[in-house]
Amino acid sequence: MPAPTGGGSVTETTAPRRTPLHDVHVSAGGRLVEFAGWSMPVQYEGVLAEHTAVRTRAGLFDVSHMGQAAIRGPGALQFLQRVTCNDVSRLAPGRAHYNALTTPGGAFVDDLLVYMLGPGDYLVVLNAANTPKDLAWLGKHAGGFHVEVVDDSDRWALLALQGPRAADILRPLTDAEVSTLRYYGFVRASVRGAECIVARTGYTGEDGFELFVSPEAAAAVWEALMQAGASHGLVPAGLAARDTLRLEARMALYGNDIDETTSVLEADLGWIVKLDKGEFVGREILDRQRREGVTRKLIGFEMTGRSIARHGHAAFRGDERVGIVTSGSYAPWLKKSIGLAYLPAGMWKPGTPFDVDIRGRRESAAVVATPFYKRSR
Amino acid sequence: MYPKEFRYSKEHEWIAVDGDVATVGITDFAQSELGDIVYVEGPASGRRVGAGEVLGTVESVKAVSEIYAPVGGEVVAVNAALTDAPQTLNTDPHKEGWICRIRMAAPHEVDDLLDADAYEKLILS
Repeated sequence: MPAPTGGGSVTETTAPRRTPLHDVHVSAGGRLVEFAGWSMPVQYEGVLAEHTAVRTRAGLFDVSHMGQAAIRGPGALQFLQRVTCNDVSRLAPGRAHYNALTTPGGAFVDDLLVYMLGPGDYLVVLNAANTPKDLAWLGKHAGGFHVEVVDDSDRWALLALQGPRAADILRPLTDAEVSTLRYYGFVRASVRGAECIVARTGYTGEDGFELFVSPEAAAAVWEALMQAGASHGLVPAGLAARDTLRLEARMALYGNDIDETTSVLEADLGWIVKLDKGEFVGREILDRQRREGVTRKLIGFEMTGRSIARHGHAAFRGDERVGIVTSGSYAPWLKKSIGLAYLPAGMWKPGTPFDVDIRGRRESAAVVATPFYKRSR
Repeated sequence: MYPKEFRYSKEHEWIAVDGDVATVGITDFAQSELGDIVYVEGPASGRRVGAGEVLGTVESVKAVSEIYAPVGGEVVAVNAALTDAPQTLNTDPHKEGWICRIRMAAPHEVDDLLDADAYEKLILS
């Protein structure tokens, strides 16, 4: 084996940033690695155990590394409508939705969640690696709108409690009406005395909550959840499990599946493209793609055997290279190798066979319908 | 923890020598660093390898790692059980998790490997 690189290997001259939960991760036996400039737990007990826990009981993730921006002012709605492809006017206070900041080519500056706190008052959550870029982009496009864009990333720690037991674990700790909180709804609530935003959102394909809490209260809220969750089998879960869970649920990962070269329609996310809402950056290209169709699309596939396809592996039809794998892994719940790949028109139907070049060997795969996993209920 | 009768490579493989046949595996340190192992691709039986050449790969969920031959020779046996139970490398890396057996072409190559004390020093450093 080559000497394994342990956690904490730093390639930059500045030390990685720490979330308010850093000491908690160390005490819990988390293996810390550098991710997007942050020191984050990649796993605790192990990715398979953590993934299974989230699918059967619950897991608790620190996602404080993600960025947040407040978008406020009388022109906030018009501004967001201009720079994103989903219809922000469909949101009501206490509702959030999945959206994308689009490039002029109809591709992704970032994917993000938009939360409506009130009229002219929105919160957006951004990928950690893209936060500086997104803030610069938002600032650049804000001119001409009666809006302010405020970097609120340091204002919020973010915890994700995910799994079928999440509601039972959270309910006794909060005054929020957990049982009636709708999927993609959120409320301001107190959790063990700490003022939070409690959102019924997540990146795992399970029921769950994302809790926005002040950095000062984050560790106490984490500990309260772990204690309340002990009898339910709650475990801490790291970035490795976060990735395998989202892949099974066919959720895109920026940098892997989507970026500034992949249009929202090519990524098969047409459900967030609302061409009728009015003008927005990239609308012209997306309108043409919707009318004419796309020439490549992000589809799900399964390996026929046990070998594992990974990001960057080429897809072949016979001797012809036809596409590329953007995400690939062993799926711990499904117990098979799955992935996402961009494939050309004519190859999108479930059952379509193709080959993946894995380190020089052609291994057979087939297109499958997604999501690969869908929770019951 | 590290059997005294084994010899170890700096790349975290172990061998157990019986006559001119060396059984090869990865160490407990290696499996711990790798995390949950989900796929093992060992060498084909009959293959000839030189010391230091890539024998196969071990895959965790996140990463692919190469296994190097600690000694050269002909692969005479492969642990087929690992195909359906790759996690054996995590649970029993020094025994049930053996990967292959090599009939050594140059048994003196064993002398170039570390003994248990030297290996334990290496992983603590």
